[in-house]
Amino acid sequence: MDAEALLEVLIASEPAARKRDKTNRTAIQAPVENLLPLMKRLRQDERLAFDLLLDHTAIDWLAEGRFELVYNLYSTIHGHSLMVFTSVPRDNPLAPTVSEIWPTAHWQEREVFDLFGVLYDDHPDLRRLFLDDDWKGNPLRKDYQDDSMLARPQ
Amino acid sequence: MTVRIRTLEEIVRPPQTADSPFSTQEYFVNMGPQHPIAHGSLRLVLLLDGETVRRVIPAPGYVHRGIEKMAESLTYRQIVHLTDRMDYLSALMNNWALSKTVEEAGGIATNPRIETIRTLMAELQRVQSHILWWGVLGMDLGAFTAFLYAFRDREIIGEIFEDTIGARLTMNYIQPGGLMFDVHPDFARKVKKLIVYLRTILDEYDTLLSGNAILQERLRNIGVLTPEKALALGCTGPVLRASGVPYDLRKAEPYGVYDQVEFDVVIGSRGDCWDRYYARIEEIRQSLRILEQLIDNIPPGPTMVTKFAERIKIPEGAYYGQMETARGVLGVFLVSDGRADTPYRIHFRSPNFNNLWAITALAPGWRIADLIAIQSSLDLVIPDIDR
Repeated sequence: MDAEALLEVLIASEPAARKRDKTNRTAIQAPVENLLPLMKRLRQDERLAFDLLLDHTAIDWLAEGRFELVYNLYSTIHGHSLMVFTSVPRDNPLAPTVSEIWPTAHWQEREVFDLFGVLYDDHPDLRRLFLDDDWKGNPLRKDYQDDSMLARPQ
Repeated sequence: MTVRIRTLEEIVRPPQTADSPFSTQEYFVNMGPQHPIAHGSLRLVLLLDGETVRRVIPAPGYVHRGIEKMAESLTYRQIVHLTDRMDYLSALMNNWALSKTVEEAGGIATNPRIETIRTLMAELQRVQSHILWWGVLGMDLGAFTAFLYAFRDREIIGEIFEDTIGARLTMNYIQPGGLMFDVHPDFARKVKKLIVYLRTILDEYDTLLSGNAILQERLRNIGVLTPEKALALGCTGPVLRASGVPYDLRKAEPYGVYDQVEFDVVIGSRGDCWDRYYARIEEIRQSLRILEQLIDNIPPGPTMVTKFAERIKIPEGAYYGQMETARGVLGVFLVSDGRADTPYRIHFRSPNFNNLWAITALAPGWRIADLIAIQSSLDLVIPDIDR
């Protein structure tokens, strides 16, 4: 499916979803409450059939007080790709896990949990991935401070 | 709402009551972080029953340098230096992946000369990486001769790189907007000689190792990865293709000059260790085909389209670019706020990070010695997992 047709199908089936601008790929954004049913449909609908979750990560929009979560999907059956964006508030960063749909999300979500502190509802094994279990803070947050950090030389 | 944060200690803590000292008991053993098979610092926590692996818990992070955090305060040209240090055996392809994403986002158009040289260099590196992997797999399974052969032949490609680039491992050669230097005058002659040499030597590899009965016993029907499972676990590259899924970005989403050359995507039929082994051997042959078609057809032109000191600014937005490295899909996710000459956020979707987790599905039920074969057939580069 080309980008236009893909967006049309998606927005018809999920009215809360919108096209996300300012990206170089086909992308939609959806509220976090609608994320799980949307993702299930993306995987199961035969016209969409996104069978490969290439990547999942987050962006810390400190000034706006939210984390933006990004899911990067590809379908080896149809050869189309899609990026899904959603936002969670910084003071209550709770998102549903998609590891039931794509098992690779287990570890991608653990990485985001480790480095951003986003919590995944119903995740079966939510542990830090790279840092020690007793590490304080989440380094990829924009307001993270640590004794060994230096300011960029001007 | 059920968010439960766990720790590794919780999982590996022994049960309070063991039945009796004589009964069969499962136990945890650390394999790594320092272990010859890991080729870097990877820790696997194994749940064993005798010598049978029941569960594998990878605990990465020993080479975590915070590349993504560092990159937030560096300019795009400076970040290229960091990409060398992720998958160091695909350094040129990592450079290229970042450069390609920055060029796409910043609207920088390169010329055919730059793209052809990039493609040539990337394929040379793929050959070099696969040859090293072949030798290392031999060593892991007890055939040290293969390791010595591989290092001898890898050296020839290392010299070709050194002529042009001056470096052998951390290349930093492909930059946003072009290349650091033009190719060495001897480049074409040496690459042609290499193609002829490698064609004969690959046959020798087959007689030396591929046809060996012990190697076949150690690899055939071990660690079978079905296509559905490979996709669900996010595997890419030769690992996914060996399971029979023909997903290769050089065909699926051509970049460089891959759309102008003829080559075949190598796929396996069973997805066992042997298929992953032979897929890579066959990929070397395909890369040689690409090199052969391009080496006499490097178009003229400048090797840099931007001024070297030029500060690259990217308009506000989120951009994603990807590339097929020797191990799979390397994605670069780049977010710019449109104000600074540094990224607001950069994320690398590294192939090894996703390929690593296949081991949790493949190893259970096999012996420790088979785990070695499985891990070796996944061709992991640890710094790329941790970043």
